[in-house]
This record gives sequence, structure tokens and C-alpha cells, in this order.
Amino acid sequence: MRLYEHEAKQVLARHRVALPQRTVATTADEAASAAAEIGGRVIIKSQVLTGGRMKAGGVRFAESADEAREAAEAILGLEINGQQPMGVLVEQASPVAQEYYAAVTWDASAKRPVVIFSDMGGIDIEEVAEQHPEHLSRTHISNLRPFSDFEAKLAVSKVGVTGGGLGRLSRIVAALTRVFLEYDLTLAEINPIGRLEDGSFLALDSHMDMEEEARGAHAALLRDLGVADEDTRQARPPTEFEIAGAQVDAADTRGVAGRVVEFDGDLGLIIGAGGGSLTLFDAVRSAGGRPANYCEIGGNPSVAKAAGLAKLVMSKPGVEKIAVMMNVVSNTRVDIMARGVIKGVIEAGYDPAEAITIFRIPGSWEEEGVKILDRYGVEWVDRSVSMHEAAQRAVAKMQEA
Amino acid sequence: MSVLIDADSTFIVQGITGREAVTMTRELLDYGSKVVGGVTPGRKGREVHGVPVEDTVRAFTEREQIDGAIVAVPPAFATDAILEAIEAGVKLIVVVTERIPRAEVARAVEYAAQEGARIIGPNCLGLIAPGKSKMGGIGGAADATRRAFQPGVIGVMSRSGGMTTEISNALSEAGLGVSTAISIGGDAIIGSTYAELMPLFEADEQTQGIAIYSEPGGPMEAQLAEHIAEHGSRLPVVAFMAGRFMDEMPGMRFGHAGTIVEGRADTTADKIARLEAAGIAVAERIEEIPVLLRERLDANGSGA
Repeated sequence: MRLYEHEAKQVLARHRVALPQRTVATTADEAASAAAEIGGRVIIKSQVLTGGRMKAGGVRFAESADEAREAAEAILGLEINGQQPMGVLVEQASPVAQEYYAAVTWDASAKRPVVIFSDMGGIDIEEVAEQHPEHLSRTHISNLRPFSDFEAKLAVSKVGVTGGGLGRLSRIVAALTRVFLEYDLTLAEINPIGRLEDGSFLALDSHMDMEEEARGAHAALLRDLGVADEDTRQARPPTEFEIAGAQVDAADTRGVAGRVVEFDGDLGLIIGAGGGSLTLFDAVRSAGGRPANYCEIGGNPSVAKAAGLAKLVMSKPGVEKIAVMMNVVSNTRVDIMARGVIKGVIEAGYDPAEAITIFRIPGSWEEEGVKILDRYGVEWVDRSVSMHEAAQRAVAKMQEA
Repeated sequence: MSVLIDADSTFIVQGITGREAVTMTRELLDYGSKVVGGVTPGRKGREVHGVPVEDTVRAFTEREQIDGAIVAVPPAFATDAILEAIEAGVKLIVVVTERIPRAEVARAVEYAAQEGARIIGPNCLGLIAPGKSKMGGIGGAADATRRAFQPGVIGVMSRSGGMTTEISNALSEAGLGVSTAISIGGDAIIGSTYAELMPLFEADEQTQGIAIYSEPGGPMEAQLAEHIAEHGSRLPVVAFMAGRFMDEMPGMRFGHAGTIVEGRADTTADKIARLEAAGIAVAERIEEIPVLLRERLDANGSGA
């Protein structure tokens, strides 16, 4: 879950990292008065949950309140990578002598957090890693021993920083590392850290991602930042269909009918489980089908949950047929899935024999499931038909129709 | 032989009195796994399907050899349960629990490495040496498990529990069968990756080839490609890559916790290129896996 820049900066401020004077504005007038209050040259930055703001024109400088108003007006109306900004950050602009980069993230190979530091900040860090490896350090942290300040010092000193800058930069990197560890972040980045003419350092931009699973543990922080529980912070906001899907899942604790994602095709999908859904979605597309949705069903859902999901998908405008497919299942009961999807399809006002293009869920209670499917005239296949063949069969039926 | 477990492996179930753990224990016993005990604090003296329950892991390890532990406790208690098993001297810990925070998993994995123990998972279905033993919910009921996992020559490693079964089933139907199948878990940080498990399969006489299931996100496929490029392998490896549609949808999470495209290295296109460069065949469909493996086994002159 990504935090906005202004939120990430609030987190840094709590840990006493020095930041430019700044205000969040949601209108051009607010931005103008913020600029007047700060005085002098300001920078206006789009608050979106995506990179590439500078390139897209989402960052501008202003010398006066009027210029700030004008810049904010333009930025507030500018969509970046499909995202509308939640506001702009108006910040005091300071002349910078040198820029640095600091980040803490997980190294999944080493299975440890890694502190990345560079004295070439402000530019693409992957480029620095490739072209100037001597300007970039990687320092792994123990998961067992508590973090200690010397590790931040090591990270900074490895690229050759010494003198007064070493202590000041190390304090920022240590604070960033503690923020990463304390709030279960998967990325804590300051890029750039600016060294001003007077030798002081400021965090000029920051990017933080929190682990989805850790939201509950950091409810207090998220409340302070004003992040609402329903704010998913996905790459795009959820659609009504997706919100309804989440409600189907939440209505009953048994089993999972999760990650309902809307697509604009005509074939509804009741698919599972995790890896099976990824496989089947690809299979439908490679067969030439156009999925109306993605979902992950599994963990032995109740009849009500399977029915709720089937009904929701069948109720989507433009959807008249669904495919019900899973990998060979271990703990999901085939008969319950059969009963559930048939119920949902009927409740949505369709004939299961017509609407269900294919049913492919091999596993326990399969014989009982097959009896139910036969009674309603639904075409089913067993494990001798592969996931890809089943998907092809469903797509062929769409094309026949 | 098989990998990590065999017919004589003894193990305990931590959190054995939980609803799903009770069912899993029944299935394990039916399959012939040697479940010799269970741990639930405060439930000492009870039995689950005839398996004695104790308050602590040490209660078992102090009186008998325990080869492995299955951790099936809620996420809030899972790390503590893993640490308890490692501290008590258990060397193989299969963690089925989902939604354990990454830092906690990393802490447990580092402690395991320090103590010479191995973690499989978390967020996995466990592992199975067909016809011998299984640890975890893999395969479900004993008869369903016997059907999908027949003894044979292919080692299976998968980030998806369900797809471990699907692929093993395809290998069984094709007559190749499975030496050991390991559901390695779907999280971003896991106890044992493909590359870390490869040497075990290399050393196993029964195993003649490897099938892996992979997804977008994380460096695990790159790590495997690098491992094979560097060390070579006597085993032909065939991979299946799911979630190709995710390459077009950066920032969206699908499937497992570790399945997200954030950078170029997370995409299936990049992973496929790396795997192929290391000589690993990438199947387009599940049913191609046994075909590609058989071609390579024949070329190797293996008797399978």
C-alpha cells in the first residue's frame, strides 16, 4: 500500500528528519495562500500514487502566489498514469549543492532488509547501479540483532562520504531504516536528500509502501495520516463491481472469493484458486476469450459465497455466460461449488445449462457435484481435460453464441 | 529416496486442535504419515484422532526424535510457534499459516539458518513424497492425494499450493509420477526458494527431472536461472509461468502476497527470458510439462 509523498514526509517528520516547509493544498487558491505564507520560490508537486511526475509535468516551480495558483490549477487537472491527483504539495524550494539517495527495502534473495545509499541522488537509481556502481552501496541488516546506528554509517561511508556530512547523512539513513522496520514498510525511500549551501540536509522527496498485511498493526498511524480503511491504494481505485465482490467475500467467513477485479470482456469467470486463477485467466485470453472479471475462489467456500459471486458476475452488464474452472482442488468441495454457482446463476435470472459454458473443478465430492450438474444440464469435464482445454471449450461456446 | 521426508519421518502438528488442523491430521494419518504428536498450549493430555497433545514442542523433543513440525496456528502466533520448534531442535518446519508479516518470516528464516533448520512456506500446502509420507494439507483427503500424486521421477516445486496438485496430477496421468512435490509458498519472503531446494533434488537418486510453477514478482526465478547457469544440473528443468496478463498491469496485486509487478524484473516476460537463457524450457500449457520433460529425459537416456 503506497503512501502519498506528503504522508511519507509526515512519517519522516515524526522521526525528526529535516524537511522543507510545506503545506498540502487541494485547490489552486489554497496553493496560492500556502505559497504566500511560505514566501519566495516554491515547488508545487502533484500528489499521486505513481512515479514519473516530473516527466508528466506534475512538478512545477513558482516565484509568487499568482504563479503558484496557476501551477496548481494545471497540476490539479493533470492525470498522471491514469491517476487524478488528490492535491498538491506546496513546498519551500531551496538551492541544493548536492543530491543523495537513500532507501530501505527487502532483498528477497538474502531474505533481509537492505539499505541502499548513493551520493548520486535525484536520478534513476537503477541507472546509477549499472553505470556508477562505485557510487552506490548495499548494506544488509540482520533480522535477529536490533538495528544499530553504525549500520547507517557503514552504508553512507561505503560511497566515500566523510567529514561533517557523514554524521548528518547517517542520522537520516538511520531514521529511515527505523521507519522501515517500525511500520512494516516494503519500501522506504528518500530521493533526493538535498545538501544545502549551508551544509544542512533536507529530505526533498519520499516514497513509502506499507505491507498490505500490516495495515491492521499500524491502524493508529494510518488514522493519523487520514488513510481510510476502504482506501485500497491499488494502482487504480476499485469499481462498484469490485466493491460488491469484496462484500460477497466479507459476508461469510468460510472460504475465499477474493480479488474480484473488473475487466471489460463478456465471459464471466468463477476461477480459483490463487495460482489456478492466474493460469486460467491467461488460458482464456490465449484462447481468444475476453474475460469480464478476475477472481480467486478457494478454501472450501459455502454455497452462499459461491452463489453470491456467480450472481454478481452474471449480473454484470454484457455478461450472459460464465466459465467455472479451478485447478485440481484439495479442500474445496466440488458439490458445494456446483450447488453454489447454479443457485447464483438461477438467482440472476439465467438457465444454468445455457449460462455455464463449462464446469471444470476436479477434486473431492466430485461424483456428488457431477450429479447436480447433470440434473441442470451443465457441461462439465474432469481432470482428463486440462485447464487450457477447458478454457478453450468455454471460449468456443462464446464464439458459437 | 525422496527429498526432505520419507516413510519413517516423524512429525508433530503445532496448533493441532484448530478446526482445519484436525481435518489435516485425519488426512495425514489416513495417508500413512507418522504424526506422533500435536501442540496446543493448555490442551496437554488431550488426543486428536489418537494423536497425543502437549503444551510445548519440547515435551516431545525431550523424549523422542521429531523430524519435522507443521505450523498451523493463526498468523499472530505463527512466528512464535516456528521459533519454539527450531529452539527445540526440530530441523524441518512446514508453515501453512497465511498472512504472517514479512519481517516476522524473515526473522524466523534467519534463526532457522543459524540453527541448521529449514523452513518450507509460509502460506504453503506443504510437501509430499508420494507413497511414503506427506506434511501439510497437500492433496487433501488420502484417496484424492493418492490419485493426484503417484510415485515417480519428477520433483515438483511450486509457488501455488493448488498448482502443485494440478501439475503433479498431470505428471501422474502421463506416467512420469512425482518423486517429491513441494509447495514452497506464495509470500514475498519464504523459507526455501527453488534455487535453495535444487541441491536436494540433485542429490536424490529417485529424481530425474524438475517441474516448477512460477508467477510474476520477486527474484526467485532469476535466482534459479543464475544457480543453474553457474552450477549446471543433471536434471532437466521445465517451468510453467502463470499470470502473463499481469505484465500489462503494474502495481496490481493478484494471486499471492508476493505476486505483483513493480519493476521490469517482476514481469513474466523478463523471467521467461532468464529461465530460457539458463536452458530451462518454459511450457505454455500445463499438459506440455510432461511432454517437454519426457523429451529431455529421453535425450538424457534416463530410464523413465
